[in-house]
Amino acid sequence: MSTLTALAKAQAVAAGRAQPIATVRHAHISDMPLVFIPLTMAGEANAPLAVMVGTDEDRPELLIVPQPRDRGLRFDFAARLAEILLPYAEGFCSATEAVPTDRKRDVRYRYLDAPQIIVPAPAGIGFVRLFGRSTRFRRTDGDYPVLPTVPLLGRWLTFFADRAEQPGSSMLLSLTEMLSAHWATGQSGHEDAHLGSLVNWIAPPPGMSGAKAARLAEDPEVCPPAGPATDPGFDNDVLGPAMEIYRAASEGDDPEAERAAYRELEDLLRGQLAPTWELMWRGLRVMRSMPPGASVEARWAQDRDVFSDFSLYVQGGGAPQARRDGAVAAATRLHKLERAGQSYAIERAFDDPLIMAEHRLGGEAFVGEVTLSKPDRVDDTGKRPVLRPRIQVVTTDPVLFPEGTTLVSPSKPQQKGRVIFVTPVEDGGKTEVVLELSGGMGRGLRAPAGSVPEVGERITYTSLSLGYAPPGTFPSREETPWTHGGPPQYSIADDPLDQGDHAATEDWS
Amino acid sequence: MAQTSTPDARLDRLRGPVAPRRHNARTIAALTGNPGCTRRAVLDGAGVDKMKVAEHIGFPGRFGQSSFAIVRGNVFEARLKANEGAALVGLLGVDVPKYLDLSGGPKASNEERYSRTLEALRDNPDTLLDHPMLRLEVAGRRVYLEPDLVAFQLDNRYHVVEIKSFPVIDEQADPGKVSAAATQAAVYVLALREALAEAGRDPETVSHHVLLVCPKDFSNQPVSSMIDVRRQLSVLRRQLSRMARIDQLLDTLPDGLTFDLEAGDDGEPARDPEALTADIEAVPARYAPDCLATCELSFFCRAEARTSTAVLGRSVREELGGIEDVQTVLALAHGTIEPTPDQAEAAVLLQAAYRLRAELVP
Ligand code: SF4
Repeated sequence: MSTLTALAKAQAVAAGRAQPIATVRHAHISDMPLVFIPLTMAGEANAPLAVMVGTDEDRPELLIVPQPRDRGLRFDFAARLAEILLPYAEGFCSATEAVPTDRKRDVRYRYLDAPQIIVPAPAGIGFVRLFGRSTRFRRTDGDYPVLPTVPLLGRWLTFFADRAEQPGSSMLLSLTEMLSAHWATGQSGHEDAHLGSLVNWIAPPPGMSGAKAARLAEDPEVCPPAGPATDPGFDNDVLGPAMEIYRAASEGDDPEAERAAYRELEDLLRGQLAPTWELMWRGLRVMRSMPPGASVEARWAQDRDVFSDFSLYVQGGGAPQARRDGAVAAATRLHKLERAGQSYAIERAFDDPLIMAEHRLGGEAFVGEVTLSKPDRVDDTGKRPVLRPRIQVVTTDPVLFPEGTTLVSPSKPQQKGRVIFVTPVEDGGKTEVVLELSGGMGRGLRAPAGSVPEVGERITYTSLSLGYAPPGTFPSREETPWTHGGPPQYSIADDPLDQGDHAATEDWS
Repeated sequence: MAQTSTPDARLDRLRGPVAPRRHNARTIAALTGNPGCTRRAVLDGAGVDKMKVAEHIGFPGRFGQSSFAIVRGNVFEARLKANEGAALVGLLGVDVPKYLDLSGGPKASNEERYSRTLEALRDNPDTLLDHPMLRLEVAGRRVYLEPDLVAFQLDNRYHVVEIKSFPVIDEQADPGKVSAAATQAAVYVLALREALAEAGRDPETVSHHVLLVCPKDFSNQPVSSMIDVRRQLSVLRRQLSRMARIDQLLDTLPDGLTFDLEAGDDGEPARDPEALTADIEAVPARYAPDCLATCELSFFCRAEARTSTAVLGRSVREELGGIEDVQTVLALAHGTIEPTPDQAEAAVLLQAAYRLRAELVP
């Protein structure tokens, strides 16, 4: 939490309305996202109860499990979910574009678009992960055979859940996290995890304050929980009895009674899910109304890359992902995630002046007006004369950089500015900063038009850099001692005695 | 409040002529949720039914539990304990100790069961003790507790076994649930140590490692993990000793307070809700968003604190320089009030933040 966001929260309390903490959208929003709202049965280990899913606000699809403790019914559910999710994901495996690789000596292909799943809250991502875990090892033969689409669904869900850990990826997003990254409400983070409450702070119904609408939404009768956990009151008073009626009917010999009991369950669960469905699309509209940040497209291209690779892997009959990473794989992955987290943070600051403002407050950036510019200044003290324009920027931000610091401007990321002088101006808390520029101006001794900031221009300089960070080096698997997950280990899928098979017979009762 | 009465009598007066609410391991664990809150310490100390208070003053809490979860928990526990705890014994890998059920029929009183437990602890060291009865003192009042099980392990130390029905999937479990289970188990560790002391044995033979038994992956098979509850124990001890000194808290309260919920003719508490509200307000609270998960009065306290930065959470308040009131924060940020010396630093930062937001937010 930064002071800027904290102040925005205080302002939200006073205004009774959420306040923006970003000026652009930092996530990609697909033209056709798959909204996915799972519910699970209380007390069970990720046992699906129902899901509302779809890409069209007007046509939600509802799948239910009338007896979530029944393993057979759970796998029927998985198969039905696969019929929705697999065609959705595979639908993007058509048009490709060529991407040069290996310094343009080679090309590879990636799909022009990719699937995107939006769940209400982080617990929904947890559901995707665990449901992936419980289905990807399933066997299509043996004692408890499932349809081939079930383990395939498991691989895809696991893929999405893994992507969700990657900072900056937009393949599987939770709406509460996305909204909270762009808006500050007048309530705590704990309460922001409630989708209904959060959306109402941001976009209350006409004529009502956000604070009021958010409080009303806390009542599970008005706004049922966005899942996967259900409201205990609903479980005890409504769902429990209806399940009991269904159970009795399914054991009797009146198929009409059974169908009626099933329909009743469907209606009840639809009633629990429909308000969240509406909130999801309302929240997505809020997000869509913001213009995307400049680097959103490049990050989505990375998502498309990874998606393209994974769909090839799956089409080639790839094995299910391991239960847990070995030590080296885990360390490598952690390192990658950290790096992705750092560059995502910097890209956001470069894309968004309001996020850069947090760095201005911390003395890592300043914004000012160019008051002097010598675009043709040449430094001829070295062996060869080089173009080294100087500019003077006057700012009201505090400038804490020592002389000699290298800065960069988000508007000219190829160019570096070295701090030459920092001079406080007597009146009015201003500072003059003289910077010497290099790079981003071609090879000649004359700067091309527009490559040097001009007098009157407002410009940001920061010590944050998008520069290349070298990847960490880790030992290969063969060189790793077995205590750290080295050689004497084989993929779960290869070993009939290991989890792969065990999972297939796992008792789900 | 009369200085001469004992804390017990004073607490009884606060509660009025209704029976005190009974504590269990969960409610004692919850006491550690917001240890700095006097309101909570006093109401819990007096055994006031906070849920009912909250309802009566128009802020009903939501602390229901799904019957599905309860059923699942009971089924899992019953499976583990069936056949003299065969499944548990197998899981613990101990050399088939004896099994002793101390529940002692429906008629057994708490005191009887407690003394049977003491006896068993003295005489049956190698035994899996099921349904033992322990007790702990909370605000000067004895509270009886029923742990899931106490096992005597091979390393000559007692271990508390806590059976929970949330799953451990690929060796990982929900950290929030694990930590709640650890705090509850710590309550039993503490109570078991007291019982051993009373049975004339070394209380330190109770390990601070408790055994958490949960279903494995998506199955009903149990898996056990050792968890270290030292941290929970020290938090718990601190809060219990604070509760033991409750008379000091009571001294700070105005005379004549009461949270009497005695029912009138309609079965509802007869007390005027406004008067009850006023008495609740007279006891200082310390609201934090964590209360929402741990205290029945949280909706009331949140509404009471609505103009305070406390509702935004601890880290937000810290970023706002620890300033308590939202309007003060904003006035300092706008520069419309003069900061006090200890607000000066925060004011500079807030004004800078305000200028930036004013510049950038359309
Ligand atoms: S909800 Fe109120 S009474 Fe309960 S702990 Fe929090 S501040 Fe104290």
